[in-house]
Amino acid sequence: MTMYEFDWSSIPGALPFLWQGMKVSLAITAIAVVAGIGWGTVLAVMRLSPARPVSLFAAAYVSLFRSVPLVMVLLWFFLIVPSLLRDVLGLSHATDLRLASAMVAFALFEAAYYSEIMRAGIQSVPKGQRFAALALGMTPLQAMWHVVLPQAFRNMVPLLLTQAIILFQDTSLVYVSALADFFGAAYKVGDRDGRLVEMLLFAGAAYFVLCSAASWAVRLLRRRVLA
Amino acid sequence: MDFRIFVTPVPTGETTYLGWLLVGLRNTVALSLAAWVLALALGTVLGILRTVPGRGLRALAGAYVEIFRNVPLLVQLFIWYFVVPEIVPGGHRFKQIDPFAQQFLASAACLGLFTAARVCEQVRAGIESLPPGQRNAGLALGLTLPQTYRYVLLPMAARLIVPPLTSETLNVFKNSAVCSTIGLLELTAQGRQLVDYTAHAYESFLAVTVLYLVVNAAIQLLMRAVESRARVPGYLGSRK
Repeated sequence: MTMYEFDWSSIPGALPFLWQGMKVSLAITAIAVVAGIGWGTVLAVMRLSPARPVSLFAAAYVSLFRSVPLVMVLLWFFLIVPSLLRDVLGLSHATDLRLASAMVAFALFEAAYYSEIMRAGIQSVPKGQRFAALALGMTPLQAMWHVVLPQAFRNMVPLLLTQAIILFQDTSLVYVSALADFFGAAYKVGDRDGRLVEMLLFAGAAYFVLCSAASWAVRLLRRRVLA
Repeated sequence: MDFRIFVTPVPTGETTYLGWLLVGLRNTVALSLAAWVLALALGTVLGILRTVPGRGLRALAGAYVEIFRNVPLLVQLFIWYFVVPEIVPGGHRFKQIDPFAQQFLASAACLGLFTAARVCEQVRAGIESLPPGQRNAGLALGLTLPQTYRYVLLPMAARLIVPPLTSETLNVFKNSAVCSTIGLLELTAQGRQLVDYTAHAYESFLAVTVLYLVVNAAIQLLMRAVESRARVPGYLGSRK
């Protein structure tokens, strides 16, 4: 029986390429977190609206995206978004729209999850806050924007950040479109050099270090927010 | 849109394209069930270990959760499928078995061990939510620690954690789509194969999406029945 002989020598030379991939992963994460929280907050407010069609729309949106696997959502968006954007913006077929498609897909998908967090956040604000704002003469939307949402957001910061860490891990699934994010880059190098074992272990270790450091920071923050 | 493609025979002729999707659905359900059984068993053991007095055992289970939660599922899957058979002694025998069995075993192990970390945290939360008096009362009655778990803590905790386990059941099922990336012909992979063969992308993806929605709704109905039977009178969410 022969033991596997590790050979890590292809990693140092690949670092610039891997860093390019990491920038793609981080860019998708950043856009999806910002757009996802924004759209998710709108959905949460719609969900709690007294107007029935509005709250039904938000409920249906959230439940649809939460019932379908992320891989399937990504495949849909890689199919639809490029042709849609080409028609609207008049782009040529050579333009690579996979990154844009991934960003749109993650933002719309994550908004469903963020909206559930924000809904819990809004419901965690005491009712008196809203009544006080209305009594001061604010409209319901003003009360939501100036009084309720800032407090809801503050209460939910740790959960929103935890969701961002999950989102960062999920960006590796853009692999289905062969987009070279960090994981895609690691896989390509490993495949090219016949060193898949080393590159996959390296990628796993890199994700582990980044995500556990981030989780640890969120735990510290949570303690401070609660204190 | 042309939905007649589903009743068209596949090139080899032994079934229709709808038949392919149903085979994919069967593989998705089988994979999810296998992974779920593994996750429940291992996750329960780990969750108990996270609440026992021994520091070493608690740390061990904590390290497991930390590792499996901070590496993306896709990376874990590729490690189980491409790395483990290379570096584990005797792994070459794994590479000689039927390719479908290789993909299925790697997927079930990966999905099961990944989900076990999440089940572990739910079990721990369930046990920790019980008043400390329950554990103390069990021990004061002369039960050993394992007996206290078996007869006092676990029966209560198991009923309390059914709702969060519902969402983990749905997660296992949805996460199984990731296993299409190593070539396992589950539902998503069959959908992509349909696109390659028929060039009817919208119809194929629509059918796959609807099948996911149907199974999702079925799991929710089933778990709702389990939830209403498991409710503890006097606790939040119980109507009694």
